[in-house]
Amino acid sequence: MTDLFLSSVFEQNLALSYFLGICTFLAVSRKFETALGLGIAVIVVQAISVPVNHLIHQLLLVEGAWGWAGLPDVDLSFLKLLSFIGVIAAMVQILEMFLDRYVPPLYRALGVYLPLVTVNCAILGASLFMIERKYTLGESLVYGLGSGTGWALAIVTFAAIRERLKYSDMPLGLQGLGSAFLVTGLMSLGFAAFASGLNP
Amino acid sequence: MKATLDHLIAPLVRGNPVTLHILGICSALAVTTSLSTALTMSAALTFVLIPSSVAISAIRHHIPTSIRLIVQITIIASFVIVMDMFLKAFAFEMSKTLSVFVGLIVTNCLVLGRAEAFARHQPVWPSFLDALGNGLGYSLVLVIVGTIRELLGTGGLLGMPVLPLVENGGWFQPLSLMQLAPSAFFIVGFLVWVMRIWRTDQIEAPEFRILNKDEVGRQ
Repeated sequence: MTDLFLSSVFEQNLALSYFLGICTFLAVSRKFETALGLGIAVIVVQAISVPVNHLIHQLLLVEGAWGWAGLPDVDLSFLKLLSFIGVIAAMVQILEMFLDRYVPPLYRALGVYLPLVTVNCAILGASLFMIERKYTLGESLVYGLGSGTGWALAIVTFAAIRERLKYSDMPLGLQGLGSAFLVTGLMSLGFAAFASGLNP
Repeated sequence: MKATLDHLIAPLVRGNPVTLHILGICSALAVTTSLSTALTMSAALTFVLIPSSVAISAIRHHIPTSIRLIVQITIIASFVIVMDMFLKAFAFEMSKTLSVFVGLIVTNCLVLGRAEAFARHQPVWPSFLDALGNGLGYSLVLVIVGTIRELLGTGGLLGMPVLPLVENGGWFQPLSLMQLAPSAFFIVGFLVWVMRIWRTDQIEAPEFRILNKDEVGRQ
C-alpha cells in the first residue's frame, strides 16, 4: 500500500508522466495561492471519486453485476465513461454544498476551484486507470489519494517556479506559454529520476 | 463564402487550438511517442469533434442554459463511447496502446471548448467547418510532435527504418529521451516558440519589463 501511494505520487505522477490535467495545470498556475487551493480541491475530489467509481463499476457496470436480479448476462461496462463523468460532477456538486453548509471557511477558500475540477482530466483519468489496472477497493482509495497528492505537488511546485520566472528576461516568443512548457519538461525530467530511484 | 471558409482555415495555424488556446494538450502530449498513435488519436478526436459540434449546434435552441454543460458532456461522451468501441473492434492493438486516452476525449477541453465557444451559438454548417478546422489544427500539432519523437527516438517512421542505426552499421544513435515524457513538453514548448517568432501577434506581454541601462538612472 505504501509502495502504491509513493509510486502514484512520484513515479507515476499524473501530471508529469501521464500528461493528465495539463490544461488546468498550465492555466491555473500563475499564482501560488490559487495553485494550492486547486491542488487541495483535486486531492479531496480524487480521494472520494476513485473509490466511489470503483464501487459503481463493481456493483452496477461489470459483467454479471446484475446476477442477483436474474440478469447474469448484462454487461454495462460500456457505460463507464458516462457514469464516471456523472459521478465526478455529482461528487463535486455535493462536496460544494456540504462545504458551504458545514465548513464555510474551506468553502470560501476552495469555492471557485471546485467546478474547475470536474473538467480536469486527471480525475477521470485516475478512475480509468483504476479500472484498467484492476485495483481493489482499498487500493483504489490509496491510489486516489496518492495520485491527487502527486498532481497537487506538481502544480504547487510549478506555480512557485512560475512566480519567480515572471521577473526573468527571456526571448519574447517564449514569454508565457512557451516557457511554461519548458519548465514543465524540466520538472518532468526531475520526476523521471524518482522513477529510476524507486525501482533500482 | 470567404467568411465561412475562414472558420475552416483559421484554426489550422493562426488560431491553432493547441499552441494558442492551450486546448486539448493532455492527449496531444501523451499519444505522440510514435506517428501511428498520433495519427489514430487525431482521427479519433476529429471524428468525435465533428458529430458533437454538429449535434450540439443542431439542438442549440432547445438546450436550457442552466444544464447545457451536462447535455454537452453527455452528447460528447456518447460519441466517444462509439469511437472507443469502434477502435476496440477494428484496431484492437492500437486501442491497447492508446489505453485510457481515447476515453479521456470526453474531458478533452478542445471538444467541450469548441462546443461552448462556437457550436452553441452558430448554425450547423459553420459549426461543421469549425470542428473540422480545429480537428485538423490539432492533428497538425500531433503529427509534427509525433514525427519528431518517433524519428529521433527510434530512427524510423510508422515502424519503417528511415535513418541508418548504429547497431546496423549506420551513423544514427537513437535518443531514448525522445520516447519519454519530458521530451514532449520540450518539443511543444519549442513549437510554441517557433510559432510566435513567425506570428508575433501571439506573443504574451511580459508582466515586468527589464529596464535599459540609461533608463535606470531616471527612475
